[in-house]
Amino acid sequence: MFESLSSRLQGITERLRGKARITEADLDVALREIRLALLEADVNFKVVKDFVARVRERALGTDLLTGLNPGQQIVKIVHEELVEVLGGARHHLALAAKPSVLMMVGLQGSGKTTTAAKLAVRLRKDGKKPLLVAADVYRPAAVDQLVQLGDQIGVEVHTRPVGTPALEVARSGLEVARHRGVDVMILDTAGRLHVDDAMMDELVRIVGSVTPAETLLVVDAMTGQEAVRVAEAFHAKLPVTGLVLTKMDGDARGGAALSIRAATGLPIAFLGTGERTDGLEAFHPDRLAQRILGMGDILSFVERVQENVDQGEAEQAAQRMMENRFTLEDFRSQLNQIKKMGPIGQLVGMIPGAGQMAGAAQQAVDSGQMRRIEAIIDSMTPEERRRPDIIKASRRRRIALGSGTSTAEVNRLLKQFVEMQRMMKMISGGKMPRIGGGLGALLGR
Amino acid sequence: MFWRRRDEPPEAPAAPEAPQSPDALPEPTTVARPRREPSGMGLRARPSGLGARLRTILGAGSAATEATWDEVEEALIGADVGAETTLELVDAARTRFRAEGGRSGDDARRALATELRDRLVRVGSGQFELGDAPSVILFVGVNGTGKTTSIAKLAHRLQAEGRTLALAAADTFRAAAVEQLRIWGEQLGVAVIAQRAGADPGAVAFDAVVAAESRKLDAVLVDTAGRLQNKQQLMDELAKIRRVIERRLPDQPRHVLLVLDATTGQNGLMQAEAFSREAGVTGIILTKLDGTAKGGVALAVADRLEVPILFVGVGEEIDAFAPFEPEAYVEWLFAE
Repeated sequence: MFESLSSRLQGITERLRGKARITEADLDVALREIRLALLEADVNFKVVKDFVARVRERALGTDLLTGLNPGQQIVKIVHEELVEVLGGARHHLALAAKPSVLMMVGLQGSGKTTTAAKLAVRLRKDGKKPLLVAADVYRPAAVDQLVQLGDQIGVEVHTRPVGTPALEVARSGLEVARHRGVDVMILDTAGRLHVDDAMMDELVRIVGSVTPAETLLVVDAMTGQEAVRVAEAFHAKLPVTGLVLTKMDGDARGGAALSIRAATGLPIAFLGTGERTDGLEAFHPDRLAQRILGMGDILSFVERVQENVDQGEAEQAAQRMMENRFTLEDFRSQLNQIKKMGPIGQLVGMIPGAGQMAGAAQQAVDSGQMRRIEAIIDSMTPEERRRPDIIKASRRRRIALGSGTSTAEVNRLLKQFVEMQRMMKMISGGKMPRIGGGLGALLGR
Repeated sequence: MFWRRRDEPPEAPAAPEAPQSPDALPEPTTVARPRREPSGMGLRARPSGLGARLRTILGAGSAATEATWDEVEEALIGADVGAETTLELVDAARTRFRAEGGRSGDDARRALATELRDRLVRVGSGQFELGDAPSVILFVGVNGTGKTTSIAKLAHRLQAEGRTLALAAADTFRAAAVEQLRIWGEQLGVAVIAQRAGADPGAVAFDAVVAAESRKLDAVLVDTAGRLQNKQQLMDELAKIRRVIERRLPDQPRHVLLVLDATTGQNGLMQAEAFSREAGVTGIILTKLDGTAKGGVALAVADRLEVPILFVGVGEEIDAFAPFEPEAYVEWLFAE
């Protein structure tokens, strides 16, 4: 549904070909695309305005670097600016005191409880003794949720009977932490709206009582334009020290992070990925910048592949590729695996530089080309799939008939398969061809 | 596995019970939050909202110029309507404004309001019919949008209409999700159909349909685990839950409600697209409209994917839930 910035800028690149400098008029066209791309990535419109102004200033009159076309050069400037705004020094949790209090705050459903458990796992890995404190006394079963997570990761959870005020849960938690020699008390609080004064006051009182060393604002990566207002409100009332951006395993661009950074200057401490308790990553400005720009995310691609591909089958196929025994049968099962990974356009779009191909790949699927390829292979005998060289004219006619395609299509597939085998030989021989060439060719591009 | 198996045996689905009187309700399992004051459709105007911005831009007396429309665009984008839908909307509003010979900011404002409302009404926003018994209602959405809470709220509402109900806990994945639904069931006096945590959600959905038939219920509300729309395996699981229901009862689930968080940005469109593709979404519940978020992405979803907005969630209270009214929503957007 969304075009990535790089594909948006392709058209401009065409227009600017052969020019040595970027003129103001060229730039205006490009900046419009950048503005739209950032808005689609949910960057706050005010932040976009300032940001685009800065890019404009830098790009104007910049001499073109050799090897980069004007479109690429503008993307490079945007990327550098993004990293600049997002980055700065990495946030290290200041948890020297024993016990230190680490408090989680945020809107409802942003992922505070899950993140609390993930932080406990991480801190323990760093040799600290954590204690989880369940101070969400409002949401049904919120305490149960933390208790179950604590059980699962083997971390103690401090709870108080239903009806105990959150402040009292926090205070008694700190006492327990002191007695048990706990290093870090992780305080889970109820989700609340930044405009809910009574609920915000509750947090202010808790802060006054347990003095958190770190207060992390948990923000859903899918948050839209309101992210700035939410973060500013929490920041104004509470000593927020950093952000955790959750649900980063989704396909939201995460522009909210940029908005909040620009508006509040708060550092991004962690990214939450996935529902497992080990899904907490350190923040890399570079990766997030690329994601906001839709420049492809090779790591997400790898993760998606790992999640969906049958490891054993993949290894066997790889083995046969290396030994140059890769058959149409293997190819057929790979097509199946690719289909399991979801919309192919989205998948290909994750490969850096393959943005252009994403549309083509999706179109190939939508137009039924993928199904035709499958039908052709399915109409072959097992012997033919293993040894395509035996497929002569009469077999080709039979396969075309059986698959409801034409002999020309059968020919094309066979030819491309031979080409693919040749490339595999090159890969196993250490000569790396262009990424995506093989698949692109097979999909008729 | 994410979920730790519990030692107790799976509980058999509880028998349906008549709503209990308040003093017969079990011990409170949660604490009530400090209550916030609601108003029309539960929505409250906020001084810093879109309306005030539009009022500044579209001042009553002054003439509407090109710059005015640019600013209107910005205001809508700021409300999460999204660049593409905003451009279309503003174009349409401008055309209407000219066709009607509009001059003032007020005229422009009216033209925009009409365009917004028409789009919402056209796709059937706000129209929810339970239909012949039994109705299976499937709740879907990404994590943390408020599916379970919305189920409780809709159940409460249907109960007030005298409908007989059951809730089904097909979120067998997230820690304590089953308990969360059970607590709501207890508070409402509605039977909760559940299996052990970690059980096959399809099996729970099946139980729910069987219960709806055998107990002759008006509706069964099926909770599902939150899932990000780009996790194909989880989306396949959802499609399977749907198929299980369909196979047992043709034409069911009658309603597949996508629960959309009003604070969500443009990813909401991708959510709606994917959930529609895999589960056949029939309507949207727009939650958390009691903050400062305007839920503009739901407008984009309604307009571009032609999925109606059916209900809004406007607070933590069980009754902070109302049928979506296009008129009231647009008025609220424009309120100062």
